Amino acid sequence: MSDIPVSHILFVSTALFFIGMYGLFTRRNMITMLMAIELILNSVNINFVVFNKYLYPEKLDGIFFTIFIVTIAAAEAAVAIAIIINLYRSHKSIDVEDATDMKY
Amino acid sequence: MKCLITIVKLKNNSSASPALRETEDEAMTASQIIFYLISAFILSMGVLSVTSRKIFRSAIWLLFSLIGIAALYFWMDVQFIAAVQIVVYVGGIVVLIIFSIFLTQQSGKEMPKAPLLRTVAGALAVVFGFAFTYLLIDQYGFPTIDQPFDNDVARIGNAMLNTQQGGYALPFEVVSILLLAAMVGCIVIALKTKPEEK
Repeated sequence: MSDIPVSHILFVSTALFFIGMYGLFTRRNMITMLMAIELILNSVNINFVVFNKYLYPEKLDGIFFTIFIVTIAAAEAAVAIAIIINLYRSHKSIDVEDATDMKY
Repeated sequence: MKCLITIVKLKNNSSASPALRETEDEAMTASQIIFYLISAFILSMGVLSVTSRKIFRSAIWLLFSLIGIAALYFWMDVQFIAAVQIVVYVGGIVVLIIFSIFLTQQSGKEMPKAPLLRTVAGALAVVFGFAFTYLLIDQYGFPTIDQPFDNDVARIGNAMLNTQQGGYALPFEVVSILLLAAMVGCIVIALKTKPEEK
């Protein structure tokens, strides 16, 4: 189990974080941007679990942070999708470039 | 990126002690092979999810990537988090995203291509950010403790409802209030507003 160095697991989570960042940079559709945010939150969760398991195995704080992040991600996704559906009703588009009513 | 990985591996090999190098030369154990397979699966599905131009396929790739992360949790022996990952993400959030795709657009239609400048700039920023971050992580050398990690569900539950030092009863209650507020907020936001004159 511990024959994998911690930095290799952190490689996966870092790569996943930057994949999510790439999606956030290039996409302009709100739902796909939300998916990129989910990838980023998941990479952070992997980090918390890894640090808790390999660096502080006598504690449980990383597990709790992961559980709370998952909860808050669920709430965030629900609110974001409600906003997106409301925006789609009024603008007939979910592109962020079209949602400029409050810009100026 | 592959070139970077080989460079990092070469550096690791040259700096490792002879005993460590000997163990690295041996055949990989099943656990190691499974870890690298799971990692490759997660990352490839993640890349497909952010680059696919059909939004429904993008959601399905995201689903596979999240399942891969649950598999990684199972590999790390944190069964409760893996179960939470499957129940909340795979069973909840992805289904919610797929429903919202059905409600807001034609799922078979291709999304417009991002401008080349934005793609190149985004890719450059991401590659350099990843390189620098991983360089820092690799140089830090985390001091691991070889000790079994007791993450029994009973222990997690006891700590979650514990009001003493090190307990998580207050954040638990705060999160429950947050979920209630989010639920009410969603209903209010997504409610169809009636026309003014009737």
